Amino acid sequence: MLRKLRVILAVLFWLGTTLLFLDFTGTVHSWLGWMARIQFLPAVMALNFGVIACLVVLTLLLGRIYCSVICPLGVMQDAVARLGLVGRRNRNKYSYSRPLTLLRYIFLAIMVVAIALGLGSVVALLAPYSTYGRIVATFLSPLYTTVNNLLALMAERMDSYAFYQHEVWFRGLPAVLAAGVAFVVISILAWRNGRTYCNTVCPVGTVLGFLSRFSLMAPVIDTSKCNGCGLCARRCKSSCIDSKAHDIDYSRCVACMDCIDNCHQGAISYTVRPRRRSVDSDTVGARRGFMAVAGAIAGSAVVRAGEKTVDGGLAVIADKKTPVRKTRIVPPGAVSLRNVERRCTACQLCVSACPNGVLRPSSDMSVFLQPESSYERGYCHPECTRCSEVCPSGAIAVISREEKSSIQIGHAVWVKANCVPLTDGVECGNCARHCPVGAITMVPSDPADETSRKIPVVNDERCIGCGACENLCPARPFSAIYVEGHENHRVI
Amino acid sequence: MKDIDRREFLKRMGVGTAVAGAVIASGCDSRKNVVTGDTTPSGPIPKDSMTYRVNPSTGDKVSLLGYGCMRWPTLPEDDQTLDQEMINRLVDTAIEHGVNYFDTSPAYCRGKSEGATGIALSRHPRESYFIATKLSNFAPSTWSREASIAMYRNSLKELRTDYIDYMLLHGVGMGDDGMETLRARYIDNGILDFLMKEREAGRIRNLGFSYHGDIKVFDYLLSRHDEFKWDFVQIQMNYLDWHHAREINPRNTDASYLYAELEKRGIPAVIMEPLLGGRLSKVHDHVVARLKQREPERSVASWAFRYAGTPEGVLCVLSGMTYMEHLEDNLRSYCPLKPLTREEIEYLYDTADIMVQFPTIPCNDCKYCMPCPYGLDIPGVLLHYNKCVNQGNVPENAQAENYREARRAFLVGYDRSVPRLRQADHCIGCNKCVAHCPQNINIPGEMARIDRFVEHLKRGTL
Repeated sequence: MLRKLRVILAVLFWLGTTLLFLDFTGTVHSWLGWMARIQFLPAVMALNFGVIACLVVLTLLLGRIYCSVICPLGVMQDAVARLGLVGRRNRNKYSYSRPLTLLRYIFLAIMVVAIALGLGSVVALLAPYSTYGRIVATFLSPLYTTVNNLLALMAERMDSYAFYQHEVWFRGLPAVLAAGVAFVVISILAWRNGRTYCNTVCPVGTVLGFLSRFSLMAPVIDTSKCNGCGLCARRCKSSCIDSKAHDIDYSRCVACMDCIDNCHQGAISYTVRPRRRSVDSDTVGARRGFMAVAGAIAGSAVVRAGEKTVDGGLAVIADKKTPVRKTRIVPPGAVSLRNVERRCTACQLCVSACPNGVLRPSSDMSVFLQPESSYERGYCHPECTRCSEVCPSGAIAVISREEKSSIQIGHAVWVKANCVPLTDGVECGNCARHCPVGAITMVPSDPADETSRKIPVVNDERCIGCGACENLCPARPFSAIYVEGHENHRVI
Repeated sequence: MKDIDRREFLKRMGVGTAVAGAVIASGCDSRKNVVTGDTTPSGPIPKDSMTYRVNPSTGDKVSLLGYGCMRWPTLPEDDQTLDQEMINRLVDTAIEHGVNYFDTSPAYCRGKSEGATGIALSRHPRESYFIATKLSNFAPSTWSREASIAMYRNSLKELRTDYIDYMLLHGVGMGDDGMETLRARYIDNGILDFLMKEREAGRIRNLGFSYHGDIKVFDYLLSRHDEFKWDFVQIQMNYLDWHHAREINPRNTDASYLYAELEKRGIPAVIMEPLLGGRLSKVHDHVVARLKQREPERSVASWAFRYAGTPEGVLCVLSGMTYMEHLEDNLRSYCPLKPLTREEIEYLYDTADIMVQFPTIPCNDCKYCMPCPYGLDIPGVLLHYNKCVNQGNVPENAQAENYREARRAFLVGYDRSVPRLRQADHCIGCNKCVAHCPQNINIPGEMARIDRFVEHLKRGTL
């Protein structure tokens, strides 16, 4: 009964959280956005004391319900472990093991130090919810989008506007590698030994495990009913039941309730537990993972249309390439590069939510997988504040549309060598025409000649760094105007 | 002014005196059709009933329906390659039903039209059809005498023939300065003289010109008619342009003037854009209802074709038929032509008055503007905008009744019709396209306007 309730809740939470990463229309978030905000680590980064207090109280009362219901990575592991049992006659594959307490605290210490020092990439790699987010954003999202695009194609055939096309985009090799390695390692651990990751690596699991040792309610073995068959231990994904000693390691128990349902004697019940002490011991073990290789993706060649001699056809458009920026760009609401580095857990929710193809995970090792902006595929539209709305960790603070138009995240820089009025001898001004704050003015390239081709000049004070100019610049593959980021965002 | 135009058109059609009779006759016709099953919309199209007009200078018996080879179909899986198999079938069906005038150009279909037309036609006896092509030396690099003559000789080769029945100076009046462009393309390099010599030699049987744009060029070429002896002239004529062309764009001239000038000199007119590239068939629902009410069994397009074919001075009406259904529909309109009555023409003029109130952009999808050097799909953008205007999906402001649905239909449909990188926001205003547009559309201006509209829709600031 309790187990069924746990499974139902877990599936609901898991579906909801997954949808947050898959939905590109922004509708799911208005209903289920809270599911990201109640995740432990993002709440810590956001200094969201209300959520932290609730989770602490929940754990102190009921044990690690968070790990079995709310954490999407935990539920994913349960799902993988369940798959590992499919087709097996003998489903008693687990056994009690001693806790790897030292290792757990080492990972926790690494996490605490990383947070304190603002080593975002380390935090990102260890954070469970973010790891799950990256897996979904990298592997499931393209699949989801492809299915959507098929539906959109059918809708188009029926002249319906119910579905619309969305670009399938693999956001760089490092992100794919990081998510892939995490998925494979965690899946193998879950397939073979259930919740090993949660009880060895996961720093959130360690913190909550420490708390759940003192929880009010927990599965308790009634020694008067127990016949010592050991079935509970062999069905325990957390390997935390020492059936011989009639002892449960509550620091590792994730309150999945499996043992309660499995006990033929009805000897285990979820109840207020008697005050007792359990002894921890330590062993050595090693689990490792995660590295990244930076890969460059080659752009395509430029083809410039020559003189028009026949009618029809489309000129080839070369892909834009990312310019080398001295300072990276982070979206409005991020406040400063430092703020993102310290708070971001690299869950990719903002990246998934960005409707304009601006945000992508960084491949820079110091801020590995944290979001950064670039304008090859689109620009940061003045009406859009989606990333700030979805961020659960406070790395991108909530801002309004009005605020956004006055936050300067960078400034535009003109590159004379690429500017088409000078290279092609044509009129342009597309940057000036599309600047939402009117920061660009077109002036004659030759001050002495009023009729000479006009080139853009940027008023740095007014420029907000949205990238409209860079994105819509006709020069390819490198734009003739690009944005340099600001370390600290300013309000103008 | 409008009334005079109307009276003129009616007079020229020679139906002014027989209004009542015509109405009764058409009434009888439709009753008879029901009984006999003749020419009902779904029945077989008669193969021996095409209406023909006689060219006074050569005595050619030209079918009233001419095949425009500017919009040949492409392969369904590859829009860069012409669908030769389909083109052959279209040509065969057309010839079978009496069509004998095929109009192409070295520039059409990205330069592939002449070749495809030549393949399809060479499967029929050469004397069973007339070939019309043009000296399309638009690009300055082809203005030299040598390059222009090379283009002409290449046309003969592509069309697999040693003579051209109808040769045209292509799109005179276009360009930044119409007169200057005319001189550069045809006069100063001696090409017009060359073509007249070819006519004498019999390798060109009829010489004419197609006209768009600057009226000075049209007047100039006609003023020297005694010398040039134009065998025909190709003009844009339809019930919208008869007296609204100038109103839609001050740089253009009403068709009523053009046709009158030709008739005055006895020069047969070949009509292009009778349907305005579909703009007279893809019309607002109001207009569809209005026309369908009168002829529920005939298409909206049939009105435009009957209109263009009614004046006796029209030699041939060109239609760029991409699909078999277009061809069949047009064959029904001209096998034989049932001329419009005076009352029906008045009805069309009233319809035109209604149509000009809808702010569509007069793009006929001829693709002369393409390829845009910066990669835009210009006709794609304009046609999407027109479609939305006609479907009522261009809301004036956020308070409009259907704002939410219209916004979604416009934006989602926009991405479907035109890839993002080829949308209006990428127009830099280089103005290269403007000189190529036969309709004189201020393309960069329209692109900027549509872009602003789209931005307002996206931002919700309409």
